[in-house]
Amino acid sequence: MSHITQAPLDRLPVALAPTQSVTLHINGQDHTLQIAPWTTLLDALREYLDLTGTKKGCDHGQCGACTVLVDGKRINSCLSLAVMQEGSEIQTIEGLGTEENLHPLQQAFIDHDAFQCGYCTPGQICSAQGLLNEGKARTEAEVRELMSGNLCRCGAYPNILSAVMEVLTNEESGTKNLKPKEDVGQWAAGATKPDMAPVEPAK
Amino acid sequence: MTLQTDYIGKPTSRIDGPAKVLGTAKYAAEFNVPNLLYGHVVSSPIAKGKITKINADPVLALPGVHQVFSHENVPSLAWLDRSYKDDVAPGGSPFRPLHKPEIRFSQQPVALVVADTFELARYAASILEIEYEEEAHETELTQHIDEAFEPGRGKTGYQPPKSRGNFGRGWEQGVAHVEANYSHHAQHHNPMEMFATTVEWLGDKKLNVYDKTQGAFNSQQYIMKIFGLSKDEARVISKYTGGGFGSGLRPQHQLFLAVLASLELQRSVRVSLTRQQMFSFGHRPETLQHVALATAEDGSLTGINHFAVAETSQFEDFTENVVGWSGTLYDCKNVKLGYRLSKLDVYTPLDMRAPGAASGSIALEIAMDEMAYAAGLDPLEFRIRNYSDFDQAQNLPYSSKNLRACYREGAAKFGWDQRTPEPGSMRDGNLLVGWGMGGGIWDAQKQPALAKVSLDADGHLTVSSGSNDIGTGTYTIMTQIAAESMGLPIEAVTFVLGDTELPEAPVQGGSWTAASVGTAVQEACAKLGEQLLKQAQKMDHPAFKDAKIDDVQFANGQMRLRSDLTQAVVLRDLVQASGEPKIEAQNSKLPGMVDMIKPPKYSMHAHNAVFVEVKVDPDLMTVHVTRVVNAVAAGRIINPKTARSQVLGSVVWGISSALMEESVMDHRFGRFMNHNYAEYHIPVNADIHNIDVIFVHEEDAEVNPLGIKGLGEVGLLGVAAAVANAIYHATGKRVRDLPVTIDKLL
Ligand code: FES
Ligand code: FES
Repeated sequence: MSHITQAPLDRLPVALAPTQSVTLHINGQDHTLQIAPWTTLLDALREYLDLTGTKKGCDHGQCGACTVLVDGKRINSCLSLAVMQEGSEIQTIEGLGTEENLHPLQQAFIDHDAFQCGYCTPGQICSAQGLLNEGKARTEAEVRELMSGNLCRCGAYPNILSAVMEVLTNEESGTKNLKPKEDVGQWAAGATKPDMAPVEPAK
Repeated sequence: MTLQTDYIGKPTSRIDGPAKVLGTAKYAAEFNVPNLLYGHVVSSPIAKGKITKINADPVLALPGVHQVFSHENVPSLAWLDRSYKDDVAPGGSPFRPLHKPEIRFSQQPVALVVADTFELARYAASILEIEYEEEAHETELTQHIDEAFEPGRGKTGYQPPKSRGNFGRGWEQGVAHVEANYSHHAQHHNPMEMFATTVEWLGDKKLNVYDKTQGAFNSQQYIMKIFGLSKDEARVISKYTGGGFGSGLRPQHQLFLAVLASLELQRSVRVSLTRQQMFSFGHRPETLQHVALATAEDGSLTGINHFAVAETSQFEDFTENVVGWSGTLYDCKNVKLGYRLSKLDVYTPLDMRAPGAASGSIALEIAMDEMAYAAGLDPLEFRIRNYSDFDQAQNLPYSSKNLRACYREGAAKFGWDQRTPEPGSMRDGNLLVGWGMGGGIWDAQKQPALAKVSLDADGHLTVSSGSNDIGTGTYTIMTQIAAESMGLPIEAVTFVLGDTELPEAPVQGGSWTAASVGTAVQEACAKLGEQLLKQAQKMDHPAFKDAKIDDVQFANGQMRLRSDLTQAVVLRDLVQASGEPKIEAQNSKLPGMVDMIKPPKYSMHAHNAVFVEVKVDPDLMTVHVTRVVNAVAAGRIINPKTARSQVLGSVVWGISSALMEESVMDHRFGRFMNHNYAEYHIPVNADIHNIDVIFVHEEDAEVNPLGIKGLGEVGLLGVAAAVANAIYHATGKRVRDLPVTIDKLL
């Protein structure tokens, strides 16, 4: 038998630092909050602003469910303190589209059935918007790779890929009149592609 | 009565899709009711021992901290074990949170700190000083095989496996033999949404409980019994569930803690678990298996022996059907089956997607591949030679079984006939290519369920049943079934679920929701049809004067005479003429109950066959699953769009189980050490490549009038084994301990 002390208190606990005023610019609107300085952006959204479209799946930057756009770049909002984002343009899923006017990614996610439980979905969609903003991904392999910071335990990955590819293709053909490059990587067999030819047996 | 196929069988986008993509769908932790307090759970750092002291005063002295709940101050609650047993509890004595100072598993909840804000509760919980006396714990299954015992029928539905014939003789009759041990480790469900409960205090013990669960009624029963609440006081609501996979079948401890705190403090309280704490309750048990197979000259199986030992907790006997399937899937006279449990200092395991069958099929389907090689047969041909047209385990004919079509259509789509059997014989440039297959079988089950339908004067139909949608598509398929049954446009139908104020439905599990709730909806619609006909007759509508219910049909928003379709009345007009705001009907629970006690006439099962291609880097032994074809025979598919997604997800789960997933126990601490999403590996988008899903045609009038067999589990079966078999085909390395990580191939 051994003796164990959990969280040994070597001194009296300190009270939390006083709350402070933070102004966040979210989806085109200013919100002023009185919060503890170590409140994460994620908790500020969910617990103080009732913007619960942004999800918490791990609170440790491991799942991407909390992805939002800050000045057009995708970030894990659980890894950012709210106070760090004063003066930034924050966009959450609530600012992307409306019921009457869905964002093309939102429509594509419905059309391709790119979710089941829906819990990773806002993060996936914000991440996909971030990916489109970056303008780096062209091929299926690139989209897969660059969407890999967003876990989906329901396993909707093939449909997420085809939803994002559709929007990417439409955007490119619409704005730049470009067709997505064909995959050249060796793991190119994709969900949106017709069947891959069977591999020939080695002679 | 054959159904009009207006909606059933048509790919239909999710009804709940807009809410989910807009972020307006509210999950349990997202109900921001006024004056909410936050509870944070403190988890035990030891696996076994006793709390000797809790130093709560310094924490309570912090401004904004309301209470520290622990075994020291929990009020007296229900005393009997029975009160803590939920609907799906296994045999034994359920764990009671904060009941005693004893610690029985690592991360056991030992205290709940309640404070004004989440930040404060989390901080206060982190500094709560607790002293323990630690005792030696036992968490290593391999060290406790000898103590394993045969469990009884503790849990609803569990049947000890039945042997038949004489395996010893069958083994001797065989000309080719294989025999090996197989294993996989504990796995945790890890739905994306962490477990959470928001309790809204409405005054005078009346609560709205927003719970993450797969069964609102199960949660309700649980808190009613423990806290002495009435049905009216304990309303449980669960409209959206961020994944379940079995983890939400039993009420988890955050529900108990949130309700406790709310009742004691008379305030609204939310308790959310952390991702680390998601490893503090049920999991797929580590299971050690042994399979021996023998075949005659012609490749027919002469003997099957399948034995499994699984872990359970010290306080409950969690059982699942691991080996039983091996007595059903293939034709064989001599089958010996055994299943045992060993008690460890862990939390009770819990049904996890395709419980039992997913584990059993790993061993059986790898063994079948080994047997095919030993018998000199192609793995597909070998399975076809041992096809079972009659359920020998239950001694019953199948209500339907189109596994043959799964083999045929799956193999054709995959191009299986191009396979060369020799391991290492197929290449793609430098990469080793392997093709493997597997498959499985799952019960087509049905539970009693209630549904209510209500047609209003605008012609809008509201259908309700207290079921759940954990991502399975329940909202959508029930809407399809009701729209088709009443001949209404789908936009005129609303389905509501996830609320104990609604008619009672079973927990969402076992792949039975579509069949159970679907049948209830269909029955309720049939009753509504009768009432509508009566209403037409009350109105002295000449065409319907002598009509019987079978003489009419519902289509295009009308009730029409089958013999003369021009004789029709608009449903909306019937409601308006009734003078009531709506006409309602509900099915009765009885048919399901009667079904359950009648001896079955048929064996009712869904089947699948999976074909997998892997590509392996010969130097680094990294494995990529490049193609999967999963052919499923599961009766009628109500919505091919959501059904396909369910099977896609199953394939991702199978790949995960084959290559990545494993809760790694550090036996020195008796604790799962990779208890986070970074170290508990599951596939990301880049890990998943081409997946094809085929639903083969299968009609079955026996399972239920809709012909539904259920899809939640079957798609997962055999996937992990097929991946392992493909790896063998690529590399010549037979790995029998899953997951097949690189170290096992190098
Ligand atoms: S919640 Fe932020 S990454 Fe998981
Ligand atoms: S849809 Fe459920 S986790 Fe992605």
